[in-house]
Amino acid sequence: MTDTTREAIPAGQIEKDHALFLLREMLRIRRFEEKAAEMYSLQKIRGFLHLYIGEEASGVGAMQALSRDDAVVATYREHGHALARGIPPAALMAEMFGKVTGCSHGHGGSMHFFDTYRRFYGGYAIVGGGLPIAVGLALAEKALGKKGIVACFFGDGAVAEGEFHESLNLAALWKLPVLFFCENNLYAMGTALSRHQSQTDISKKTAAYDLASSAVDGMDVLAVEAAAGRAAAFVRGGGGPYLLELRTYRFRAHSMSDPDLYRTKEEIAEWKKRDPIALFQARLREWDLLADADLALLEAKIAAELEDAVNFAEASPLEPPENLLHDVCGAVRP
Amino acid sequence: MTTMTYREAIRAALRKALRDDSRVFLMGEDVGQYGGAFAVSHGLLAEFGPQRILDTPLSESAFLGAGIGAALGGLRPIVEIMTINFSLLAMDQILNNAATLRHMSGGQFHVPLVVRMASGGGRQLAAQHSHSLEGWYAHIPGIKALAPATVADAYGMLLAALQEDDPIFIFEHATLYPLEGEVDLSAAPADITKAAIRRPGRDVTLITYGGSMGITLQAADALARQGLEAEVIDLRTIRPLDTQTIVDSVAKTHHAVIVDEAWRTGSLAAEISARIMENAFDELDAPVARVCSAEVPMPYARHLEEATLPKAAEIVRAAEGMLAHHG
Repeated sequence: MTDTTREAIPAGQIEKDHALFLLREMLRIRRFEEKAAEMYSLQKIRGFLHLYIGEEASGVGAMQALSRDDAVVATYREHGHALARGIPPAALMAEMFGKVTGCSHGHGGSMHFFDTYRRFYGGYAIVGGGLPIAVGLALAEKALGKKGIVACFFGDGAVAEGEFHESLNLAALWKLPVLFFCENNLYAMGTALSRHQSQTDISKKTAAYDLASSAVDGMDVLAVEAAAGRAAAFVRGGGGPYLLELRTYRFRAHSMSDPDLYRTKEEIAEWKKRDPIALFQARLREWDLLADADLALLEAKIAAELEDAVNFAEASPLEPPENLLHDVCGAVRP
Repeated sequence: MTTMTYREAIRAALRKALRDDSRVFLMGEDVGQYGGAFAVSHGLLAEFGPQRILDTPLSESAFLGAGIGAALGGLRPIVEIMTINFSLLAMDQILNNAATLRHMSGGQFHVPLVVRMASGGGRQLAAQHSHSLEGWYAHIPGIKALAPATVADAYGMLLAALQEDDPIFIFEHATLYPLEGEVDLSAAPADITKAAIRRPGRDVTLITYGGSMGITLQAADALARQGLEAEVIDLRTIRPLDTQTIVDSVAKTHHAVIVDEAWRTGSLAAEISARIMENAFDELDAPVARVCSAEVPMPYARHLEEATLPKAAEIVRAAEGMLAHHG
């Protein structure tokens, strides 16, 4: 079922509102990440910071296939997923500032965003560790007769983990409603896919589990949206789990502390020619769906929203240290 | 009161939980058609069906993690891991996810998951099926760890675990499964916040848990024949520890021997010893003694396994030694 062809959607098949929405979602992630990097250099954000820049079409396109009843499991590079899922940037920025108003009360930081209201079950920072959780969430959906599916994001590095194989087998064996999104950015931290996998076509790996899969150009938001929609329909229809490989690339280093010595500047430059935001903008202009004024307005609104987010994070209080041991064990507080 | 085995008591608790709460299900290797590696879940598949009794592949990390996910999703999973040595394959899910999710999410999510597993030696199963790693679990904030030593506790503590909001790990010493005892099947779930005094005494406190209860009570009998009255504390819950019961007993006897089938170094016995020192130093008439397993991978040959495991005679010697010198 591997389908790597670019899915051209002719002009006119996409409404302007939707086009601008997708562009806004991607731009918002890009500008949020740039702001996060700036805050990191100002030492407002500490610890690890893994940026998603370059991969925006993947998360935004994938998220369009989900409804509010669905659940999301993500990784430590999850700012884009959290934003695309609707978690306010202020709650994310405050989290990275270590403030009590953050989406995890300052307990998680950049790698561990959570939101019950939006069924965002967390960023998992042990590579592959989120997959079994997604399988269990899907088991609960099915057992409780709910209609939701579980979207599980992970990278190409995770396919080397035993938990990837165990989880795919279990999900397929029990025909659970899990939509596995493998965001293949070609590097497991600094190790290229071809240096860590004997089979570099990740979508082929699912054959061993009789699990349906396909691959899509992860730099093309419309192609991702269409492919994710089909994959989600398959899972919702009771077909069992599905794996969609999103072929993408991260433009920034693995984290803020990575000198990026393992790939060439030429390679990065080549991929930047396929910048998902620039590509989409060019296409929208071609289709007369994007005017300079539209873009300026989008940028201005996003800049204002991010300024508010930083101000909110800056002004927010810290959790009192006397609360340190709350929520470790014991009766759950109402 | 009903007389039954430890194994049957766990099965009775499982059956009651499965009947009373439709969110409860049992998942693990060979828990269904095989009937459980230790026959604990024998007959439950026929009674409750494959939606409630789930045989899993040999994928400890995936099905333990799936238990966490199912708990997050609104179910009350009970996961059986065949033996404690196998639980190491799931340790990523246990420590990095089950134990952390609640605090790491700022209290938004919690994981009401019960995990049961057999532990301990004494069955000539050598170095990959016989260890007592409960102390490792007792090290982890964010979970609770239980070690029922009696048939009544095997029943009542499992029911109590299912009322908790946290991940609960229950360690069933494999030599206890055929043990017979009395259970009140209509009793309320056990209190898992308190240690139990299994035998009162005034001269020395013997502190133990799980599979070492038998030899500790034998040692207390032997000491009684010499006129020495040992008080035997069954910890029952090894995280969080009931420090108060230990301290109160030591304040009375002024002597303490800790019996722990685990290796001595960095053990639960070491933790208890430290707590006695921190909380009852002035009460002690002698240094705390520990009776633990020899620090070797568990050997197969019977005489070597016996040489490895703690013995009643060693407990007696430890108690006699401190009472003779300091009594």
